[in-house]
Amino acid sequence: MRRFLINQAKGLVDHSRRQHHKSPSFLSPQSRPLASPASASLVSLSRFFSSTSDMSASDSTSSLPVTVDSINPKVLKCEYAVRGEIVNIAQKLQEDLKANKDAYPFDEIIYCNIGNPQSLGQLPIRFFREVLALCDHSSLLDESETHGLFSIDSIDRAWKILDQIPGRATGAYSHSQGIKGLRDVIAAGIEARDGFPADPNDIFLTDGASPAVHMMMQLLLSSEKDGILCPIPQYPLYSASIALHGGSLVPYYLDEATGWGLEISDLKKQLEEARSKGIAVRALVVINPGNPTGQVLAEENQRDIVNFCKQEGLVLLADEVYQENVYVPDKKFHSFKKVARSLGYGEKDISLVSFQSVSKGYYGECGKRGGYMEVTGFTSDVREQIYKMASVNLCSNISGQILASLVMSPPKPGDDSYDSYMAERDGILSSMAKRAKTLEDALNSLEGVTCNRAEGAMYLFPRISLPQKAIEAAEAEKTAPDAFYCKRLLNATGVVVVPGSGFGQVPGTWHFRCTILPQEDKIPAIVNRLTEFHKSFMDEFRD
Amino acid sequence: MSLKALDYESLNENVKNCQYAVRGELYLRASELQKEGKKIIFTNVGNPHALGQKPLTFPRQVVALCQAPFLLDDPNIGMIFPADAIARAKHYLSLTSGGLGAYSDSRGIPGVRKEVAEFIERRDGYPSDPELIFLTDGASKGVMQILNCVIRGQKDGILVPVPQYPLYSATISLLGGTLVPYYLEESENWGLDVNNLRQSVAQARSQGITVRAMVIINPGNPTGQCLSESNLREILRFCCDERLVLLGDEVYQQNIYQDERPFISSKKVLMDMGAPFSKEVQLISFHTVSKGYWGECGQRGGYFEMTNIPPRTVEEIYKVASIALSPNVSAQIFMGLMVSPPKPGDISYDQFIRESKGILESLRRRARMMTDGFNSCKNVVCNFTEGAMYSFPQIKLPSKAIQAAKQAGKVPDVFYCLKLLEATGISTVPGSGFGQKEGVFHLRTTILPAEEEMPEIMDSFKKFNDEFMSQYGDNFVYSRM
Repeated sequence: MRRFLINQAKGLVDHSRRQHHKSPSFLSPQSRPLASPASASLVSLSRFFSSTSDMSASDSTSSLPVTVDSINPKVLKCEYAVRGEIVNIAQKLQEDLKANKDAYPFDEIIYCNIGNPQSLGQLPIRFFREVLALCDHSSLLDESETHGLFSIDSIDRAWKILDQIPGRATGAYSHSQGIKGLRDVIAAGIEARDGFPADPNDIFLTDGASPAVHMMMQLLLSSEKDGILCPIPQYPLYSASIALHGGSLVPYYLDEATGWGLEISDLKKQLEEARSKGIAVRALVVINPGNPTGQVLAEENQRDIVNFCKQEGLVLLADEVYQENVYVPDKKFHSFKKVARSLGYGEKDISLVSFQSVSKGYYGECGKRGGYMEVTGFTSDVREQIYKMASVNLCSNISGQILASLVMSPPKPGDDSYDSYMAERDGILSSMAKRAKTLEDALNSLEGVTCNRAEGAMYLFPRISLPQKAIEAAEAEKTAPDAFYCKRLLNATGVVVVPGSGFGQVPGTWHFRCTILPQEDKIPAIVNRLTEFHKSFMDEFRD
Repeated sequence: MSLKALDYESLNENVKNCQYAVRGELYLRASELQKEGKKIIFTNVGNPHALGQKPLTFPRQVVALCQAPFLLDDPNIGMIFPADAIARAKHYLSLTSGGLGAYSDSRGIPGVRKEVAEFIERRDGYPSDPELIFLTDGASKGVMQILNCVIRGQKDGILVPVPQYPLYSATISLLGGTLVPYYLEESENWGLDVNNLRQSVAQARSQGITVRAMVIINPGNPTGQCLSESNLREILRFCCDERLVLLGDEVYQQNIYQDERPFISSKKVLMDMGAPFSKEVQLISFHTVSKGYWGECGQRGGYFEMTNIPPRTVEEIYKVASIALSPNVSAQIFMGLMVSPPKPGDISYDQFIRESKGILESLRRRARMMTDGFNSCKNVVCNFTEGAMYSFPQIKLPSKAIQAAKQAGKVPDVFYCLKLLEATGISTVPGSGFGQKEGVFHLRTTILPAEEEMPEIMDSFKKFNDEFMSQYGDNFVYSRM
């Protein structure tokens, strides 16, 4: 039983390693035999359905080209818990709730599974939306009534942006890296933030940060012999994209006891172990501020990481999408680019890719799909390959590109919208800090639950010590213990959280990820329901 | 020390092998020349708004209101936005789960997918299930997602027309699969012969390739041909017999410039064929807001509809879509508007019809102008552009030109196109970027330059071409006119 539990817990992390053990050779995609035992049947199936047309109707499902038995095994292998099983259950519950209001002890489902602020009532930044609306329908700029409806600086900014778009055509495909004028603005924003110059030619605007991550994984991973160091716990985009691109995830464990600290010694150990197994480790992923863990790295820690990557020849993939979400006075966001340049490392010294998005921060514009990666420290022939990959999709959506430039150059003191912009921004951020603290305290007050503070990002990742009885009950339902807890939580409170196994955790420990995003007025009710549920859960299963 | 991770040598070979000529060598050279101050006419990509086509007014009004919903509270809003645009903005906002800034369902907003299903039903006369419709950031993303499911390794082959839109070859390359070409017949107006299909499949199988899917582009790109109903039936029967999933790229379905072969969707033909075909053939159909008369390329809006795909497979496709969280919401609204445009009686109807018709009729005229223009040139023959947005003339390069190209280290049609670019500023894509028969050369240009500028562009091309042919000529002159 213990082996079952350990396997369940390690599933996400070790799956790719086990695949590695099974496959005898990793030289190239051409010579690599299909890795798993299931593939033997894939080969025979393909011979079966390719040869003849006189198949009986009853065989038809197994002979169709696209069934679950015959699709790309990398697709089957990858997982993404953020919109996984628990969300499906929640959606069904939500449907049922409409019809049977009285059947449940709650009257609404609250989705705390995903960092999607505007779906929970957060308002967009008005200035940004004014500019976007004017760019979408630029003939507004010719109407006199517009001046009564829009702020002066939003009109001004819209003109500036449209002038940078050839023909003012926001409906045209742009340069595959994104509109040059917008990249200039973003580069200037990066320089203002870091104090070190940024080159617009290093910037690739993408439909959110996620496609940029995929591009890098595609570039770096040729086979399971290529590995990427990922933090555990991690945001499962990384594990999923590594699986989809056929590489190996090399885990390094963040230390819960020290506020999810990153130990270079653990990095080194994992790196060496992977190499001893014949894996070429290509990159190190660092999420700062962390997701799901929320820690903001200390600058010294960041310096160690940069040095480590330089010494070991690793690309540093810096996911910095939460750079504007820092809630504690004793920590500050420093970009890895700034840290690297401060150490005196330039273009020839370290390969660094920094990811930013419009989905998080105080702007929370998830549905716009805006983001970019800044790629530094690589040769021009590699740059050409990245450009080529970007060009196959032609370009990212223009509205998202515009928004990315606005996020990196918001209103300044003296601008017409500055005061109201700052009020909106500070209001959102201070509210997030408050909600983070309230939920953290509430979780820490629960029996057997410890929760590190959310220094940044949008999540809490409490650890729950589940009694043995609960673990056994989970096993009886063929569910991971943390998923068992989360499902019970959902059914009792209507709150949707994601089991820790979706992010990875030290085997034998259990967590769940909960966002801090429900509006302030909902928080007390959430805390009450959660507290009540947990007490009755423990009453039921306490050893 | 061993290679660093981002050293060129250690990159994924699949990335290095993939090519996408539409924004390749010619485009990059054109961009360089533009920076140096030369006037460039970009006809390398189907990008209507970049060449002066105006966006339709109504959708831009609706989406602008969705961007800034606080406008809807202003009492003066009715002065600059028509009432139907205001109503439609409210309608779409109510379908979202938090406006344009919230991730939607990973498959797209349910209400919009319902509108797409209704559109498909009106178009084809058969019901469509919104649960089997996924909205994507452009049709290209949808194509990549589906090919990613189908291609397991190098032994998996995908039947692709030659010439083809190089999204297919590039994606197959990136995914490590094998492209199995089937040749369209230039002398038959780029017709599709099922015998060619059978031959291609047999050859692939003899090399140990499992052919899994077939791509059709209808109307074609770069070729523009519109498939006849009987052709579509043959293809569907073929896919049924050979157990292939049919990928129907139908993004140009609104761009039809002749009346003999109107657009018929693969789905309609499949359903018309009845059982067993209508229940057996796996079909994925793609559409977009980038083409047609909308031309909203920069929005990145598209969808695919699945037919006869088993539920568990649909789940897996959904799972992969969920990793990208959701397609961009603005484009989803554009898609909703495209499939349910203003109706007779709506305030904006007349303007909408006037704008749409204007664009489509002009495209039809430009398709003819360009075809005729090319056919009047020495050693150039050009099939008529029946649909889509491109002209794909064949350039009969004299052997001296081919020699010169070799000496310059260039593929012959690239050599020609570079010279064309430098002489006239016309930026095209060499036919080698799309595939063609050995020793036969083409270039692809769009029919999108403004109608007023067409005569001058065609004159400029003719002057260059006829001089080129004289310079390299071996006294052989062929012209269709």
